[in-house]
Amino acid sequence: MELFLYTALFSPLVGSLFAALFGASPKTKIAGIVPSILLGVSFLSSLILLVLVMGTGLTLHVEMMTWMATGDLYIPFGFVVDEVSVTMMIVVTLVSTVVHVYAIGYMDHDKGFNRFFSYLSAFVFSMMILVMSDNFAGLFIGWEGVGLCSWLLIGFWYHKESASWAANEAFIMNRIADLGMLIGIFLIYWNTGTLQYEEAFAVMPSLSTDILTWMGIFLFIGAMGKSAQFPLHTWLADAMEGPTPVSALIHAATMVTAGVYLVVRANPLYELIPSVGLFIASLGAFVALFAASMALVNRDMKRVIAYSTLSQLGYMFAAAGLGAYWVALFHLMAHAFFKALLFLGAGNVMHAMHDELDPFKMGGLSKVMKGTFLMMTIASVALAGIFPLAGFFSKDLILEVAFVEHHYIIYTVLLFTAGLTAFYSFRLVALIFHGEDRYKLFGIHPHEAYKFMLIAMSPLLLLAIIAGAFKMSYFEMVTNLLPATEYHVHSAATYWIMTIGTQIFVALAILYAYKKYTRKDIVVPDGTSKMENSFAYKLLINQYYIPYFYQEYIVKAYRELSEVFWTKIDQKVVDATVDGIANVFYQTGERTRVMQSGNLSTMLKWMVAGTVALLSLAVVFGLAARYSAEIKTFLSGLGV
Amino acid sequence: MFEAIAFYLFAFLTITMFYIAVTTSQALYALSSLAAGMIFISAFFFILGADFLGAVQIVVYSGAVMALYAFGMMFFDTTRDVKEKQGNKAIILGLSILSAILIVVIVSAPIVGNNIEAFYPMTEGAGNVQEVGMVLFTKYLVPFEVAAVMLLVAMVAGIVLAGKKMDLSLTLMTEAEILMMKEEDKNKKALS
Amino acid sequence: MEIGLNHYLVLSTILFAIGLLGVIRRKNLLMLFFATEILLNSVNISFAAISHYYGDLTGQMFAFFVIAIAASEVAVGLGLLIVWHKKHNNIDLDSMSTMRG
Repeated sequence: MELFLYTALFSPLVGSLFAALFGASPKTKIAGIVPSILLGVSFLSSLILLVLVMGTGLTLHVEMMTWMATGDLYIPFGFVVDEVSVTMMIVVTLVSTVVHVYAIGYMDHDKGFNRFFSYLSAFVFSMMILVMSDNFAGLFIGWEGVGLCSWLLIGFWYHKESASWAANEAFIMNRIADLGMLIGIFLIYWNTGTLQYEEAFAVMPSLSTDILTWMGIFLFIGAMGKSAQFPLHTWLADAMEGPTPVSALIHAATMVTAGVYLVVRANPLYELIPSVGLFIASLGAFVALFAASMALVNRDMKRVIAYSTLSQLGYMFAAAGLGAYWVALFHLMAHAFFKALLFLGAGNVMHAMHDELDPFKMGGLSKVMKGTFLMMTIASVALAGIFPLAGFFSKDLILEVAFVEHHYIIYTVLLFTAGLTAFYSFRLVALIFHGEDRYKLFGIHPHEAYKFMLIAMSPLLLLAIIAGAFKMSYFEMVTNLLPATEYHVHSAATYWIMTIGTQIFVALAILYAYKKYTRKDIVVPDGTSKMENSFAYKLLINQYYIPYFYQEYIVKAYRELSEVFWTKIDQKVVDATVDGIANVFYQTGERTRVMQSGNLSTMLKWMVAGTVALLSLAVVFGLAARYSAEIKTFLSGLGV
Repeated sequence: MFEAIAFYLFAFLTITMFYIAVTTSQALYALSSLAAGMIFISAFFFILGADFLGAVQIVVYSGAVMALYAFGMMFFDTTRDVKEKQGNKAIILGLSILSAILIVVIVSAPIVGNNIEAFYPMTEGAGNVQEVGMVLFTKYLVPFEVAAVMLLVAMVAGIVLAGKKMDLSLTLMTEAEILMMKEEDKNKKALS
Repeated sequence: MEIGLNHYLVLSTILFAIGLLGVIRRKNLLMLFFATEILLNSVNISFAAISHYYGDLTGQMFAFFVIAIAASEVAVGLGLLIVWHKKHNNIDLDSMSTMRG
């Protein structure tokens, strides 16, 4: 069984290294095919492990080798396959396999084809380390690894300034959060003396609540950065500068859910500190609403989906914060499927529209892109949470959790957000695929994507439809490890009213979106309409002015501070010291080089002078040695 | 008494001779006074009982070295006045005197401190030459041989360095030939 | 008046100073060689004197080797001097400035 574990873990690395071999050479198909096959192998191994874990209830725990062993610190390269990590492995390997195959078509005309696959597989490897590690140190390595690969991939088109800017923004935001995470890890080591999950969690109940609260807060700060929670959320929308497969894999399905994974993994800790849990849930609900509101008006297709991701991450955190870890994980899985599908569909549209991102400039694409239309519609239905697709089971469950736990404010917020989700998803679908053929005004001739790309997407389509059916079996499996709380509304009547009410609410939102955006008189907004000049619209389209605020009050202030440090401290103190030292030697050289005039008689004079100096030294030391006793008494008399 | 008179006499003579040697502008005077000074120095060796050293001094310096210089001088245009422009006289004198005093101090220090011991004491009843021979061919045999090799090397070097173009004789050549040779030399220099 | 070691050492020092004076002020290379001979001889006197007053032959041995070294120096030095003279037609110390960096 260890063989499958290592296969699942290392085949992405092999694929990455293989593609890296072709990094400098022109595009070769094989650099895309081999990593895809290797990822398929990795997926199959994960599947076997899933069957094993599900069937026998055993968990696999291996220690590959010792990593650090100094004093009391012992950190191995250990990997664990249990119910939680195997879920993540399945999600990661499945989505990444699909995305790899899809990217062979998507990146077909890109010069950096080989490089892209190298980065993408390296990302999968880092993500596997993140989810499979059995200790916080290994988790952190994977955490940083995915951060690095995310940076590489967002900035993949590095010649575009906006892309490298977005890459740096994502990287720096994550660094800020990672500092919090590191402090959390230090606290854990400091107080429990180990970084192994099991041992650390075993010690935690005996610690004081204060310490546990700080641990929980700092770990969650790390999770906030990776999962782009408020106030570190701005990078996720900007990260859409990367190629679309990257957005699908990293910024929708896998990496951004690492924060949720961390909270789920640390569930014994958060069980002990319900106040922090409540904070997480509140923040999650807030982010869900906050991000959904920004998605309502945005005119960039990918950004809308990115905000939707943000919003769904808020749902996951709301569930995890309320202690419903298995629900969070289940929603994570379902969300990964339909959100990746949505992104890949958006990628098809982008290809068809020659990288046009404004849905107002599309319209009526359902006639030319039937496959994509079908997939994106189903993904949107799943996202909106309509029965019987995946989103219904996972998202409705979160609403139920909030209701059952008596957090009615959170429930209301989440319910309202569900309506918004449905609205903006179908606003997008309606604008892209229905209505007039507005793209004709721009002289674009859209075409459907390659067949094999659509085929590659089909597993996701299937899962987006049927994933909900696995709810109970998944519950049985994962609750071996996680707290097994079934959330049932006590009275059947309330349950049915809630469920049907939600469904009707969501359906109405969808209908409204269709009605509003399939009208014949939709035109490309030019900033003159009344709606566009309203305060609410401006607030939303400018993302609540948060990026502006960061730019004005943090980036500029920091820049000015750096300027001061640069001109005042670095140049005037540090550089001046170094230059001064160098100048002393330079001037000494400049002055003494006259000695080396090449004139022999001058040299002779210097030679004699040197001899005299040496002789004087000999005399002085001779005398000092001869009269050392007297000198000592003299010096001690002086009090030295 | 006799020793004192001899010492002061020869000291005066050597100092005078060497002083002339370093100050005169005539190379011939300098050479002769140097040779005389060398011979006077050998007198000190005799006074000090180092007969063999004195003999060697006369043979090597006054004989070989001076003859060598005399031959060497024949190559050079020694009558030509070399302009000896000087820098600060005070520096020159000061440096010389200072170094002299320091050397006295250093050399005399162990003697004043009385902590010297004789490594190879003089043998009673043997002549100086015998004693020197005994020490030289036992304790100092290896340095002696090395010195011999060094002299050989120096000889070879001297021959090689000075011996180029020795087949030409300016006295036997006509004026025209000499001029031609000089032209050739000039061309060679220009080329190089 | 007894002549002691110090007399010889002072004499040797005076001669050394004269030699050093010559080394510093002479510009003619041949004269420079003469001055170095004086330096070597002044040291020889002190060697011989110390050897005499301490009944130790080591001083005389050193003096021998100094003489040997002086002889070889003269041979090689004169050879070089001749080569230089052939090339540059003078033996002026100030003309030797090829060592200028």
